Amino acid sequence: MVGDKTWSGRLFNGVNMVLLGLIGLATVLPFVHVFGSSFATAGEIASKKFLLVPTEFTLDAYRYIFSTSTLPKAMLVSLGVTAAGTLWSMLISVLTAYGLSRKDLMGRNGIMFLFVFTMLFNGGMIPTFLVVKETGLLDSYLSLIVPVSINVFNMIILKTFFQGLPDALEESAKIDGSNDVGILFRIIIPCSLPAIATISLFYAVTYWNTYMHAVLYLSDAGKWPVQVLLRQIIVLASGLSYDNAVYTDAPPPSQAVKMAVIVVATLPVLVVYPFLQKHFAKGALLGSVKA
Amino acid sequence: MNNQLTAPSGGRGRFMRSLMKNKWLYLMILPGLLYIIIYKYIPMYGLIISFQNYKPYQGIMGSEWVGFEHFERLFQSPDFWMIFSNTIILFALQLVIYFPIPIILALMLNELRSEGYKRTIQTLVYLPHFMSWVIVVSISFVIFTVDGGIVNSVLEMLGFQKINFLLQAEWFRPMYILQVIWREAGWGTIIFLAAIAAVDPQLYEAAKMDGAGRIRQMISITLPAIRSVIVVLLILKIGDVLELGFEHVYLLLNSANRHVAEIFDTYVYVSGIQQGQLSYSTAVGFFKGFVGLVLVIGANKLAKKYGEDGIY
Repeated sequence: MVGDKTWSGRLFNGVNMVLLGLIGLATVLPFVHVFGSSFATAGEIASKKFLLVPTEFTLDAYRYIFSTSTLPKAMLVSLGVTAAGTLWSMLISVLTAYGLSRKDLMGRNGIMFLFVFTMLFNGGMIPTFLVVKETGLLDSYLSLIVPVSINVFNMIILKTFFQGLPDALEESAKIDGSNDVGILFRIIIPCSLPAIATISLFYAVTYWNTYMHAVLYLSDAGKWPVQVLLRQIIVLASGLSYDNAVYTDAPPPSQAVKMAVIVVATLPVLVVYPFLQKHFAKGALLGSVKA
Repeated sequence: MNNQLTAPSGGRGRFMRSLMKNKWLYLMILPGLLYIIIYKYIPMYGLIISFQNYKPYQGIMGSEWVGFEHFERLFQSPDFWMIFSNTIILFALQLVIYFPIPIILALMLNELRSEGYKRTIQTLVYLPHFMSWVIVVSISFVIFTVDGGIVNSVLEMLGFQKINFLLQAEWFRPMYILQVIWREAGWGTIIFLAAIAAVDPQLYEAAKMDGAGRIRQMISITLPAIRSVIVVLLILKIGDVLELGFEHVYLLLNSANRHVAEIFDTYVYVSGIQQGQLSYSTAVGFFKGFVGLVLVIGANKLAKKYGEDGIY
């Protein structure tokens, strides 16, 4: 580019690069601080000179949080809900999306409207709570999954993707005598793996991050997923929340312990993130542009 | 008489034939349809309790009918104006402070000449979007707390007074908007970057011939080219004025900042789930949902009128 070679063009490039670099760093700095602190000794944090990398490395905080079964249990709950929820949501979303992607289906527009309308209006927290209660899901792990089975936005992304596949695929399968179920599982799904991976990840992150539904529907603290436990541990010392702290007998956790719990609750998302960031962005774009 | 009988049966016949032909497709849709009927449409029917004094043991059929009593109570309550002004202020913060940031970031990212560097920065700034609000608020908590948080340690070292960012009501709004920016600004660039990628490169060539520098090109070509996307997103954002993030605000809410932090959703939670005023809180939720629906539909109409497709 011609503009790049001029003095002002170079200055512009340089300033822009530095500014964006700083913004990028500022975004991840809180993570690095939390990660670093979780390995620091209490003494070093108390000396107030701690910023990013501990001079003295210790696993005390991790030893403490894994000394009881509370956190491992909550991790297991979250992993289980994430795995089961993602599978269930994908199954029901793919089935619905494929059915609705077929143009020859009578009543398709009406059914589609029923789905889209739920994005614009809903019964709200209390009536939904009452239905969850009536359907017997209170205090069951299913309450974190069944009431949010389909994210209509995700379903529409899948439907758009299926509609974009060439019709010839379906027709050749029909000639071979496959029914619609066979077409979906043998032809459509194998051709849609990138979209299916993307939406699975959207669902998985949502399930891993689930918090409000657990607060609403699970009163048994033994069933809490990791996000609720993290919240309890963080606000424990402050006593300034509406939540009823359950572990009030325990001593307030030190900074390093809080940091370690944040790291543990964040880790699964952080681990998958670098590999999948590209897919996430694509999926979001597909949804926002075409839905 | 005959016509009336044959017409519907003819329609039914056509429907039955379609049903048989596509029985597998209908079966595929069935679970999803049952899901939204049970967990989305039955709750909408349940909004009836906002016109009743609903008692769980009497049910929707047996509870006493009170008309608009709960709505009147809401509008006459001083809480209503508190929630209303909190909502408007938080929304104004989102509009004035948050909204321009992803646009500026996208413009800056677009000017990067090194693809690798650009991808690296994108990877960094997209990351917080995938963190739950619990994690975002928890990280803020450990950083801003007066007991050993890094920010207060630095303030102290520099000779300033410690500030209780988490407990003082006047710090609620800055913390709220800071967290929104940190979590969403990077992710928000995606749609603008896509719009920028669609700009005709010839426009830049022509501008360069005319001697336009990089900043000049940004202001005179890129920005006008994505103006329609900006306007549409702005309109849609206004339609979402009531969606300020229930979980996020709930996590920041405490007894000290309630007068600036309470919004409709948190108010519904506290009055309904915690205080058990089921009918009243349903009325509050209904009011919020209805106004939200009108705003979103209006915003979409406006966006379409502007010549772009709305989201729905």
